[in-house]
Amino acid sequence: MIDILIGTLCTIGAVAILIAAIGILRMPDFYLRLSVTVKAATLGGGLLLLSAAFYFPEEVSVTTKAVAIIFFLTLTAPVAAHLIGRTAYFIGTEKWKGTIRDDLAGMYDKETHQLGSGDNEGDNISHPSS
Amino acid sequence: MTLSTYIDYVILPILGVALLLVLVRIFKGPTIVDRVIALDLLITIGVGVITVFSISTQKSTFIDVAMILALIAFLGTIAFSYYLEKRGRK
Repeated sequence: MIDILIGTLCTIGAVAILIAAIGILRMPDFYLRLSVTVKAATLGGGLLLLSAAFYFPEEVSVTTKAVAIIFFLTLTAPVAAHLIGRTAYFIGTEKWKGTIRDDLAGMYDKETHQLGSGDNEGDNISHPSS
Repeated sequence: MTLSTYIDYVILPILGVALLLVLVRIFKGPTIVDRVIALDLLITIGVGVITVFSISTQKSTFIDVAMILALIAFLGTIAFSYYLEKRGRK
């Protein structure tokens, strides 16, 4: 019975990882590739680790380690994706030709890499009620 | 059909095909950030492969390796993004 549960979890995780790999190969743009891979790979890796946590129930340390890895993956994958996406925007990675809107255009200070709201030029500290 | 043979003949080939597809993106990748996220995905799939292999061989020691590999993937991506941004700023 527990084998069927573990096999199902492993299958869903492996298919999610395969979808992530197909996505990183087929998507036309860096930003689309980033948005595909991070979510699907985190889901797949988390499910595989969950099946390992179910498979070794008599060893508490293994279950704890698997849960710790799941926690760590879900904590760090969005942070790493945000940082690499921000860097890609700064170094001028080109967008897909089908992209119709870029809300960040002109919002970043070129020198200090600080994000402004775009209301007043050169004043990106705070804006009182506007 | 036991769980071990199911993992050996179904799950591990699926993960191997995924690794090959990501490797194609690492070789093709037009920009360096594409290669960085492909490397990140490669290490995440590696964590999954190690976990599944530890289930298949019933040795729970391999989970430690997966933990260290997950740490190194995060650090690598952070370091790449930090220094690429610094290089672009000059």
